[in-house]
Amino acid sequence: MLSKRIIPCLDVRDGRTTKGIKFRDNIDIGDPVQMGRYYYEQGADEIVFYDITASSERRPIMLDVVRRVAETIFIPFSVGGGIRTLEDMRGVLLAGAEKVSVNSAAVLNPDIIRQGAEAFGNQCIVLGMDVKKVDISEQTPSGYEIVINGGRTSMGIDALWWAREAERLGAGEICLNSIDADGTQTGYELELTRLISTNVRIPVIASGGAGEPRHLLDVLNQGCADAALIASMVHYGTYTIEQIKGFLSQNGVRVRRCW
Amino acid sequence: MIAILDYKAGNLTSVKRALDHLGFQCRITNSHDEIRKADKVVFPGVGAAGKSMESLRELGLDKLLWELFGAGVPILGICVGLQVLFDVSQENQTTCLGILPGEVRKFPENISSEAGDFLKIPHMGWNSVRFEKDHAVFRDIPAESEFYFVHSYYPQPANEDLSAGMTEYGMTFTSAVALRNLVAVQFHPEKSGKPGLRLLDNFCRWDGVS
Repeated sequence: MLSKRIIPCLDVRDGRTTKGIKFRDNIDIGDPVQMGRYYYEQGADEIVFYDITASSERRPIMLDVVRRVAETIFIPFSVGGGIRTLEDMRGVLLAGAEKVSVNSAAVLNPDIIRQGAEAFGNQCIVLGMDVKKVDISEQTPSGYEIVINGGRTSMGIDALWWAREAERLGAGEICLNSIDADGTQTGYELELTRLISTNVRIPVIASGGAGEPRHLLDVLNQGCADAALIASMVHYGTYTIEQIKGFLSQNGVRVRRCW
Repeated sequence: MIAILDYKAGNLTSVKRALDHLGFQCRITNSHDEIRKADKVVFPGVGAAGKSMESLRELGLDKLLWELFGAGVPILGICVGLQVLFDVSQENQTTCLGILPGEVRKFPENISSEAGDFLKIPHMGWNSVRFEKDHAVFRDIPAESEFYFVHSYYPQPANEDLSAGMTEYGMTFTSAVALRNLVAVQFHPEKSGKPGLRLLDNFCRWDGVS
């Protein structure tokens, strides 16, 4: 049977990671390539690199990171942040990423999903969704709304509708981030994850809120997620991926064991 | 030198990077001369069976693969590179190479796990492979090691003896096949961490006589 995936997410700015102060084992904590390698060795099933560089120099810097990561780790990894065009996607995939993730750009121009899926295959295209809980209304019947710009801009688009629409357009996977839970470390938004995951036929990665292994157990079971994104809980050395997987395995969740 | 067949089938560089990492000399190529001189051939694949067959025919690689198979050159098929070795694929009813007897079928729409959970298609992620043959290419890989899969179609060999590895996904399907100097896998060893690298390393050292 398929294992549930545990996916660390690294934020990268100007070619350096932005979190990870408590690393041991002599790793350069600012180097995304070394951190990627560290998680690969620890048993990460996939890794997400999220480019938060604001400058116009972003593209060459990030492509260099992607190339070096691809030479170092031999598991799938995806790259997101600032992907707007087919050319952006091509650059990242040719540099060695398995998948690209689009978020705001797809909300503003949904056709980018279709174009990407046609050019590179559905399995390459991940839709990143930032979602906020709102009152149920005609516009947002699911009670969840799509937001962009890190949650600052509400789009008046229903989250469930958008997930299904993205699937129809050819997205191969959804990375579902709860803006309400993000950064809280108090657990994933289970209700939201379950709603989306049980209503689309593509895999859903739950994101936002992970603070302890129990949270992953809950979102993989009750939330019906196919994978769980983690950040702070591993970046700061509170838990290792091995510990998290050990806990999940003891509690009946099938995870990949490494050797 | 190991030739990685270039037929515009997605990202071939990931296979090259894995072989580079393992220290084997390899080249991405569709030159018949270069491929004929190679010690071994990797036949990767991403994408649709129909498009892949079209490109293979255009480049004359369909006939060349038959020739290499007959000549005993070790060949490793990966993903769609496994699927098009069979007679036919249900993906757009594509007539394939026919080196291996059997067909490639689509996963049924409503498959579920033993626990009754509804399973998503494509089959994407890490799943275990039970290797059923003592074969040089699968040697020293711990039992139930997991590999990375991404596919919506699976091979159904006409002859059970061809199956070298089995995987469960709402059903039991053949995820690795072996016949003489040919080995092919449905998963991506180049993206499967240590067990995947071990498999590639084994292949690169294999003489083609199983």
